[in-house]
Amino acid sequence: MPGVEGFIYPNELELQWSVLIVLYPFITGLVAGAFILASLERVFNVQAVKPTYRLALLTALAFLLVAPLPLQLHLGHPERSLEMYLTPHTQSAMAMFGFVYLWYLMVVLVLEIWLDYRKDIVVKWRASSGVTRMMYGAMALWSDNISESALRLDDRIGRALTVIGIPSAFLLHGYVGFIFGSIKANPWWSTPLMPIVFLFSAIVSGIACILLLYFVTCWYRRIPVDMPCVDTIAKYLYYAFLVDFSLEMLDLIHRLYESDESFRALDFMVKTRLFTSQIVLQIILGTVVPLAILGVVQLVRFRREVRRVLYVVAGSLTLVGIFAMRWNVVIGGQLFSKSFLGYTSYKMAFATKEGLLPAIVLMVLPFVILWVLIRLLPPWGHETETARIHSRG
Amino acid sequence: MNQDRRSFLGHTGKLLVLTASAAVAWEHILAGRPEDAPNYTARDHWWGMAIDIEKCIGCGTCVRACKTENDVPHEDYMFRTWVERYVVDPADLDHPQVDSRNGGYDGFHEREVLDTRLKMFFVPKLCNHCAHSPCVQVCPVGATFESPDGVVLVDKTYCLGCRYCVQACPYGCRFIDPRTETVDKCSLCYHRITKGLTTACCETCPTGARTLADLKDPKDPIHAFLRDHKVQVLKPQMATGSKMYYNGLDGSVR
Repeated sequence: MPGVEGFIYPNELELQWSVLIVLYPFITGLVAGAFILASLERVFNVQAVKPTYRLALLTALAFLLVAPLPLQLHLGHPERSLEMYLTPHTQSAMAMFGFVYLWYLMVVLVLEIWLDYRKDIVVKWRASSGVTRMMYGAMALWSDNISESALRLDDRIGRALTVIGIPSAFLLHGYVGFIFGSIKANPWWSTPLMPIVFLFSAIVSGIACILLLYFVTCWYRRIPVDMPCVDTIAKYLYYAFLVDFSLEMLDLIHRLYESDESFRALDFMVKTRLFTSQIVLQIILGTVVPLAILGVVQLVRFRREVRRVLYVVAGSLTLVGIFAMRWNVVIGGQLFSKSFLGYTSYKMAFATKEGLLPAIVLMVLPFVILWVLIRLLPPWGHETETARIHSRG
Repeated sequence: MNQDRRSFLGHTGKLLVLTASAAVAWEHILAGRPEDAPNYTARDHWWGMAIDIEKCIGCGTCVRACKTENDVPHEDYMFRTWVERYVVDPADLDHPQVDSRNGGYDGFHEREVLDTRLKMFFVPKLCNHCAHSPCVQVCPVGATFESPDGVVLVDKTYCLGCRYCVQACPYGCRFIDPRTETVDKCSLCYHRITKGLTTACCETCPTGARTLADLKDPKDPIHAFLRDHKVQVLKPQMATGSKMYYNGLDGSVR
């Protein structure tokens, strides 16, 4: 059979989960990571990252709105997906997706953003007219109470929500890892480390994404980059990345040392079919290089222009690396036969339901949504903040 | 104003709850009744299969019978049952040579094994109808389920086509039927066994290598088979409670 090497069970020729399922953990990872960065400011009072707080929340929302779309598109019967809510099979890890998702979307993210923006929305409601006025009125739920005490209450609830939000973000992405990690039939996936590896890689990708988006917004608004802010974000990115890398290496070393029945098949796969995406893209370009850059920046005091370039390079490579990691988990986990005697291959189509084109559209869509959200709810509402931006490095 | 909002939310909530339950009820009505089998009581049976590797000649009759009986797509990568041929060096169980061209549908071309140290045999495979099925566990809507008589079945009117069960099956027994966009697998010819018949594969096997077994029936020959042979299931380390009992299963078989 074409694309097959060795022996695979006959039913294994077709890959079940396509590039769209690669996007799913990648996108939810960005959501969880962006939210965790936002909560740094809110809960742990890391003032330096304040300029990215609202941007991070809106980014999380934009990506979260897109997160179920690749799954929906992938289903053979998307019209039946509501059954996951109406008659969920409680033993199924996947059945809980809808509930975790809704909880996170409605209770945590939308509510937190609403509370944080309520004052801005009311001010816009009062200042606008016509359709815009109706829209902002609806967004304010026609409540215009922005008294001192009401705002204090908003803030208190918002803080409590963030405190709930952090474990929820952990749950959202740890859970995605569990979907893979709990499949005992597949040794590439089946490890209790999977949820925690997914979680830390999510934090890494979310922080890197916000770092890059912040650079883009500064460039677009023609304002100077707040260097203490990006320095702090880069520092957190470095720490999170170190933990993520250690966990992944732990998994690798454990597999190497144990060398169980599946090891030879997986080892061969990594050295051949996954070499580019795993060794080159994920480990070398996507992990070791950005880690080295971020590490050197912690030690050597470069000029701010140099640091900016280094951060952009490290952030971009990080996103490439995390995407490659998702690819290697999802696609890599299906390339070898469960007989451990052979391999199949993945041929990605272009303009089909699960091809490259819909994948690109789904990756662009969150940025379009983010653009709309930024127009509706500018994250840099408190313009006084920009005035305090220090250009010292 | 507050009162209005509260009553609005109340009405919306009621509407949502009512439409959701109405939708479920309507779906239940649409699903209709299962095919009647008046003389069959599911709880009185516990189905499995005895497979005797020493009797299998790799003719592929079972594969053809299954495809015909169950309207399985005639693709060479969609099978409810298939046969594998193993050529094994007994001193190197880790590297068996295995082939299953077209799932054994056309039988196997004779293969000359010159090296006398090697052994060759055929392994028929199908859904293991596990008592603790990983595929049943992961289905998000319960479209795949274990019947009270121990058969793992799929409700195709309910399956989302998410393919999680295909990933969860350690034996590669599931595939997606492109005609329905839902999962498909061996049903142990449930439409036949509930009417007192045997499965299509067992019915047509010329050597009696496959025998349907009712483990709850004290008179079933399966009890003698299990007692008198050294019997093994596939991938016992998976602890799935497989009910496909193989006699003569070589350690090299995956």
